[in-house]
Amino acid sequence: MTATHATAHSEDTESKAGPAEVVAPRRSWLHSRKLRTTGFHLTASLLSALWLLPIVLVLITSTRTFDDIAAHGVGSWPHSFTFDSFRQAWVDGGQQRALINSMLVTIPTVALSLGLASMAAFALSRYDMPFRRVLLLLMLGGNLLPPQILLIPVSKLSEVLGIYDQLYALIGVQVGFGVGFYVFVLHGFMRSIPGEIQQAAVIDGAGPWQIYWRIILPLARPALAALTALSFTWIFNDLLWAITVLRTDTQMPITASLIGLQGQYVSMWNVIAAGSVIAAAPTVAVFLRFQRHFVAGLNLGAVK
Amino acid sequence: MALIGSTRRSRATRVPPVVLAFVLIPLLAEAFWVFWPALQGFYLSLTSWDGLAAPKFVGLGNYSEMVHDAVFRTAAINTVLWLLLFGGLSAALGLGAAMLLQKERRGIGFYRAALFLPVVFSLVATALVWQAMYQPDGLINNVLEAVGLGGWKHAWLADQDTAFYAVIVPALWRQVGYVMVLYLAGLKGIDPALYEAAKVDGASRWQQFRFVTLPQLRSVNAVVLSVIVIDSLRSFDVVWALTRGGPYHSSELLSTYMYSTAFQSLRLGYGSALAVVIFVLAFGVIVSYLVRAFREAD
Repeated sequence: MTATHATAHSEDTESKAGPAEVVAPRRSWLHSRKLRTTGFHLTASLLSALWLLPIVLVLITSTRTFDDIAAHGVGSWPHSFTFDSFRQAWVDGGQQRALINSMLVTIPTVALSLGLASMAAFALSRYDMPFRRVLLLLMLGGNLLPPQILLIPVSKLSEVLGIYDQLYALIGVQVGFGVGFYVFVLHGFMRSIPGEIQQAAVIDGAGPWQIYWRIILPLARPALAALTALSFTWIFNDLLWAITVLRTDTQMPITASLIGLQGQYVSMWNVIAAGSVIAAAPTVAVFLRFQRHFVAGLNLGAVK
Repeated sequence: MALIGSTRRSRATRVPPVVLAFVLIPLLAEAFWVFWPALQGFYLSLTSWDGLAAPKFVGLGNYSEMVHDAVFRTAAINTVLWLLLFGGLSAALGLGAAMLLQKERRGIGFYRAALFLPVVFSLVATALVWQAMYQPDGLINNVLEAVGLGGWKHAWLADQDTAFYAVIVPALWRQVGYVMVLYLAGLKGIDPALYEAAKVDGASRWQQFRFVTLPQLRSVNAVVLSVIVIDSLRSFDVVWALTRGGPYHSSELLSTYMYSTAFQSLRLGYGSALAVVIFVLAFGVIVSYLVRAFREAD
């Protein structure tokens, strides 16, 4: 998966090969090479600018006043600057409560699902379980189901359990639905840890729990880090499960509360933009901080 | 291999009970929240249910109702169209971006991060960002006006003819970076000697792409295909946040129609039947994904 970087460099170093032996054809080749590099940077930066434009725009909109937007239109240049929309979204729009709810759901869900998944992956990859592959695929298969087939029964199930409209229901279903995928990824990773390490521990008298906690889990850290970054954004960004098992506005996590904000502040684009910025900030922070893990996680999940 | 085999055998003596519990606890959690509800979902699709009284068994009545349901037909056609357009374009653009940004050089990290950044936004936040741009007085219309295409101005999300496409664009904006990352990993895995050989044989750039890159990316293509199909059929948030499937169901997908049927019209039986249709559409991809996983798991 982590293949060579070496291939990419070969051509570049060649072009810097030294001006000493520059002869006519070499010079024109160098020239066209420079043109190509310029062309590349032009294309790539145009593309990046295009991609970043909506983000820049939402940042600008969030710092405009409502009067400015009403007078000049949401697509005009800004004629004002204020952070008041953030206060409106945060306090009046209930985003503070919503962000707390999101964290109350996301952090336990990530911990619980990765904890459970690493245990199952450990058992399936390090022991000769009967029906090992069937169990693994059953768990993965559950995660691949379209959530729509589960929505109605899950909402009824949480009513029966008496946890409908409570964050526990959201944590429960997110753990249950996500765990299969994490088991599959972690299983693939743990299987590649050499058996000798485990044997040595067994000879030293270590039990399964110690092998799991002291040896396999620390060795699986890269995969766990990748999945943590990935699952944090997935769970934090979820809308569908939240609006399926929750009803009260004060219980809603940030994504669902954004939809509420959209209804509450119709055409007050400054508040809606500020709300979107608040909702996106945590995952952007995770991404910027753990970019490498994040990208690794996406590729880990890809079954070849 | 032989070594692993021998360690296997020595491990095979017996599985300690605590290790069994390691598997059973997560399995039970999934069974409780996924497998059991899924079975109920299939059963409910054969009933008529308002959520209050007991579900009434109606056999295949819900499915025969679909045949005459014009909204269902729109939603189904839109879902297939979404799959082709959203799927095809995100694969093509993702591959294009990966080809463009595959070489390690100065500034490449920034370009990649710029394209990837939207992937971490929630689809709801993405939708709201674009909703402001789509407004009649928003950026898109202003730009059209400025470049002399004022005649193209639209109320993009309120117009039946444009709403569906206006919803696809934000979804694409967010998906392309994801597909790009998958293709970047695939491109890195291609042996550079293959390109050298192709160059020696006088292959043009297009021929190199056609006869080296594409065949070498076959396994990544399979991954991208399953990711895209599964994501497409799950697409809900962006449509829900932008149009709720409207105006006049013109941007309705099966997923949004299922949700509003079940939780707003409270027709839980018919909603379950719609969910089963989504499942059937996804089934082929799920199976092929599991088959690949099965091979990999050994």
